[in-house]
Amino acid sequence: MSGIRLDKVCKNFGATEVIKGIDLEIEPGEFVVLVGPSGCGKSTLLNLIAGLETLTSGNIFIGDRKVNEVPPRDRDIAMVFQSYALYPTKTVRENITFGMETRRIPRDVQDAAVKEFATLLQIDKLLARKPGQLSGGQRQRVAMGRALVRKPDVFLFDEPLSNLDAKLRIEMRTEIKKLHQRLGKTSVYVTHDQIEAMTLATRIAVMDLGHIRQFADPATVYEDPADLFVAGFMGSPPMNMIPGKLVREDGMHVDCGGNGGTPMRFPLPDAIARRVADQEGMDVVLGLRPETIFAAGTELPGPNRYIFERPVVVEEPTGPDTMIVFEIAGLDLIARVRPQDGKPQGTPFRFEVEMDRAKLFDAKTGLRL
Amino acid sequence: MSARDQSGIVRRGGIGQRLQRATLFALLGLFCLYYLAPLVVMISTSLKSLDEIRGGSLVSLPQEITFAAWGKAWNEACVGVRCNGLEPYVWNSVMMVVPAVFVSTFLGAINGYALTKWRFRGADIIFALILFGAFIPFQVILLPMARTLGLMGLAGTIPGLILVHTVYGLAFTTLFFRNFFIGVSDGIVQAAKVDGAGFFGIFFRIILPMSIPAIVVTVIWQFTQIWNDFLFGIAFTVGESNPVTVALNNVVMTSTGVKEYNVDMAAAIIAALPTLLVYVVAGAYFVRGLAAGAVKG
Repeated sequence: MSGIRLDKVCKNFGATEVIKGIDLEIEPGEFVVLVGPSGCGKSTLLNLIAGLETLTSGNIFIGDRKVNEVPPRDRDIAMVFQSYALYPTKTVRENITFGMETRRIPRDVQDAAVKEFATLLQIDKLLARKPGQLSGGQRQRVAMGRALVRKPDVFLFDEPLSNLDAKLRIEMRTEIKKLHQRLGKTSVYVTHDQIEAMTLATRIAVMDLGHIRQFADPATVYEDPADLFVAGFMGSPPMNMIPGKLVREDGMHVDCGGNGGTPMRFPLPDAIARRVADQEGMDVVLGLRPETIFAAGTELPGPNRYIFERPVVVEEPTGPDTMIVFEIAGLDLIARVRPQDGKPQGTPFRFEVEMDRAKLFDAKTGLRL
Repeated sequence: MSARDQSGIVRRGGIGQRLQRATLFALLGLFCLYYLAPLVVMISTSLKSLDEIRGGSLVSLPQEITFAAWGKAWNEACVGVRCNGLEPYVWNSVMMVVPAVFVSTFLGAINGYALTKWRFRGADIIFALILFGAFIPFQVILLPMARTLGLMGLAGTIPGLILVHTVYGLAFTTLFFRNFFIGVSDGIVQAAKVDGAGFFGIFFRIILPMSIPAIVVTVIWQFTQIWNDFLFGIAFTVGESNPVTVALNNVVMTSTGVKEYNVDMAAAIIAALPTLLVYVVAGAYFVRGLAAGAVKG
């Protein structure tokens, strides 16, 4: 099994730089998810690994082999495409065996491989059909089968689930994770869906504007984001970002401006306060995840809690949780409370914030403090 | 891809509406007559005897149906000085049309495929230049082409005519295929590349089987254009190698005493029959192909 190493990879399309010098080391057997907003270069990076695009500069290694000049067919990779890209005139069986056919693999080996993966993916009854006669989920399975059947060294996935409906997407997500656990092949997976990234990845590379902002395991990316971009991209509903100033008054606080007379001052826990002790007056952004804001007194008491009262602007029940939208200094913020704590619009609500899980960012650079 | 059934759509009723529809159909019927009249006259005249033509009117139907004129047009009518009918010239046309259509369609398909799925620097400029050929009036290239054919030793021969039609067909066939392939997902080609197929492997095994509608449209178009061509035929062939369109002209122009309208009409129909036949057989594809991509199927 091979890992993948990217070494100062750059890609320009004409005058536009799409990938701006990316270094990335993927261990053998890892499941790495490239995630980012559209246009961040994640699909281009995947195509570079696949050999479907030519490098502008830098090197790509699969295992120990430098593959800069190696065409896709000789990279020992398989790829699943967003559009499925099934061959419309071929049957499911012919779709799956096409790659083996072009490599002149003997018929009995082909048949055995088809049998193995068709059963695994539950498409064994569809082998004689054409792609046009399949549902979206079935096409997705065939596309997976086509990739799996050659038993390549590396799997590449380009937003494979984004054309499926919500229910099927969750099913296939689990399926892909199971497959990876079973086969253990090195995989690179591109998505713009941060939940897919969180659930599937052993490590996530968060990309923006041709750079990798952070490359770490899902828990770290979520709980310990490197900057405002990563913090804002990961998590749904997104992290609340409250601009403010650092003030000293009984320890460090973030002053988020007057709020109908009562100034909102979030006390910083010691761990953060120590890091910014001499930065009084600095412009900062306070990041609070919705789940760290809840109805006062509903969670076990803990250190560094901050309690304040604001009226409910919108109440959004989702079933397992209820989202309460409220305002601080003209900004809409979201708290995630238990359904039984929900209150109708306009009623005052006492919120409790778990400041230990708050993140602090430099407002100028966006970097974590 | 069937037309949506509209019979269930609620329409306003009332006398005014009914009157409107009646007018509509009356108008449609009138135009049908107008367009069909020449064909009807041609067919009925070709089935009459010369005596009947002389005695009756142009629009009257034949009293006694006779196929004598058809037989004469096929193998007795005089084309210039030779009097063995249209038959040899029909075969000339077939021998010219089949290779010209096949080669120009095939090359157009490869062009369209390369221009859309293997993008290279300058692809758009090359396409624009090829497309330019579609807008050049054929009269402009008569002399240079005659000179070229002369230098190649193909002047006055059927292979020469095949070459001319292939070259000038490329602009249209490339356009048709390029516009068809631009709608084919690039992912399919990428998947095939990962699967290990090369330029021609992908073309023959994946792309070509997908392009049946485009092929049918292009073949009909090319067949009609080349079969019906008169200008290149008369300019670049001589006597025995004339295509049927030129021969038809000669049949009509060669008169020995009495003008045989029935033979002329039969000859004209014979010359037009292949394109009519192609349209009837594959016409549904043609309309579908031209409309393809307009809406999601």
